[in-house]
Amino acid sequence: MAPKSFVFSMFGSSPVSPLQQHMGKVQSCVQEIIPFLEAALAQDWTRAREVQKRIAVLEGEADALKKELRLHLPRGWMMPVSRRDVLEALRMQDKIANKTKDIAGLIIGRRMVFPAEIAAKLLEFARRCIDATAQAQLAINELDELVETGFRGHEVELVEKMITELDAIEADTDALQVEVRDLLFAKEKELYAVDVMFMYNVIEWIGDLGDLAQRVGSRLLMMLAR
Amino acid sequence: MEYATIYIVLAVAFGLFMAWGVGANDVANAMGTSVGSGALTARQAIVIAAIFEFTGAYLAGGAVTETIRSGMIDANLLAGQPELLVYGMLASLLAAAIWLLVASHFGWPVSTTHSIVGAIVGFAAVGLGMEAVKWGKIGSIVMSWVISPALAGIIAYWLFQSVQKFILDTENPLKNAKRYVPVYIFLVGFIVALVTLTKGLKHVGLHISTGQSYLYAVITGAVTMLIGIYAISRLRFDPKADRDFHFANVEKVFGVLMIVTACAMAFAHGSNDVANAVGPLAAIISVIQSGGEVASKAAMPAWVLLLGGIGIVFGLATFGYKVMATVGRGITELTPSRGFAATLAAAGTVVLASGTGLPISTTHTLVGGVLGVGLARGIAALNLEVVRAIFLSWIVTLPAGAILAIVFFFLLKGIFG
Repeated sequence: MAPKSFVFSMFGSSPVSPLQQHMGKVQSCVQEIIPFLEAALAQDWTRAREVQKRIAVLEGEADALKKELRLHLPRGWMMPVSRRDVLEALRMQDKIANKTKDIAGLIIGRRMVFPAEIAAKLLEFARRCIDATAQAQLAINELDELVETGFRGHEVELVEKMITELDAIEADTDALQVEVRDLLFAKEKELYAVDVMFMYNVIEWIGDLGDLAQRVGSRLLMMLAR
Repeated sequence: MEYATIYIVLAVAFGLFMAWGVGANDVANAMGTSVGSGALTARQAIVIAAIFEFTGAYLAGGAVTETIRSGMIDANLLAGQPELLVYGMLASLLAAAIWLLVASHFGWPVSTTHSIVGAIVGFAAVGLGMEAVKWGKIGSIVMSWVISPALAGIIAYWLFQSVQKFILDTENPLKNAKRYVPVYIFLVGFIVALVTLTKGLKHVGLHISTGQSYLYAVITGAVTMLIGIYAISRLRFDPKADRDFHFANVEKVFGVLMIVTACAMAFAHGSNDVANAVGPLAAIISVIQSGGEVASKAAMPAWVLLLGGIGIVFGLATFGYKVMATVGRGITELTPSRGFAATLAAAGTVVLASGTGLPISTTHTLVGGVLGVGLARGIAALNLEVVRAIFLSWIVTLPAGAILAIVFFFLLKGIFG
């Protein structure tokens, strides 16, 4: 029988790498939105269904990671980041995956056919939102470096720059959202009203992806400010 | 002294048992940070520990043994009855060794120093009466339990802060790591050499002036630094490794430093904890060799220190291996830069304390060092429940050692008396 060294048992489980893992899963989930939208816009519903299933699986995996982290998040006061900030960032990340699943579910559920005029803009808009989540992931991935440097110095500037960039991307998505809405508004009279209603819904949800990514970033900023 | 030979055989046997326990239990923690941070493999750690524990025990282990053996109890009370001292010391050795074995089995974090101090105090209080114990001396030892982790914690805190300021928080951490890590290496070599020269080498019979010891310490530090610079120059850096974790290559440089600190830690550990095993042994031998005369101080025979060193290395190789292998797997929170700060702080504190004769525990200082790095926000998370448990076990060990020693004392008295 070998006793474990207690110097080592002193180290609690770090919340940093699970949080990063979760964000990685969320990102691979949200990325599927592009192939999904492409399939849906081409009205290839079998392919869309496949991608939607993939999204659902990834969302489930992210959910499992979230539960795991919530259960095992150390309580001690000697954590480099506050428990609340970690949980809040986790919640935002989780919402990104949920939203992704909702978007795919709604589009496929209603066999939603977007007018050809807005397809390209819609894809551009979605891509930019995914840029935002990718940027959020980039920033979250700096957390272990931040712990290493004790949340000081050059590394902090680096992360702050990343978050400024994230904010800029999010502003882009807002502008794109307006453009997509305008395009839809121009076409809405020719479409079935209930469909249009849900299309506005989908547009809003895609925009939420960018918003949520930005909120992950601002949680990270709060960790820096502590 | 009709059973003189038996006493010596028993004393040597118990002393080896105790040294084995020290090697098996404490060394896992002393070397654990190096293995856990990935700077050393378990096998390399054993080789390093074997060499430096041994040299530490042999070169600097003299001062502490004085305190353990004669400083805590009033030798005058024993003048007429040398057997009592022999029984007591035998009982203390056996009690501490058994407590160590039990605790190791259950994985409890105990200090070998606590065990032996508790045991000696227990036997003295019961066998000789409360007044035989020099409570003032005990008080200063108890104080060291507070001071040593605190001191190690503060040193570790500042060390890690300096690492962050000079290396990690800069624009080009790798370049700065190559520049400053040799300075830390110099520091390690210098401190260890200085304390060994000024305090530890007295019993070897080497008499050198303060100026000379500073000179030698500087030379030792410089030599260590040169070896370190050579080792760093031979490192291969992989820019790709930095993509996931930007400090991957910086940590490689710290890995070299970690190896140096691991040597220092093993040295510090050997110099301090060999006393736990051989202090009582030396007391028994001095009583028997002088034909029953209880001196308040006696020369520490070199072969006794040697025996302690061998016992520690043996324990380390047989049982410590397993412990370190367990530790070496699945621990990611400790990087070489953090491990270095914690370990050097602990080693420095132990070596300093060893020079002043206070039997402090390596375990305590290491815990203090780790806490210090944690406070510098350098560790991703600390498990405070475990820290609490550790503090608790520090308190428990003392009475446990005492009770066991009392039992064995009366047992031995019954057999031989």
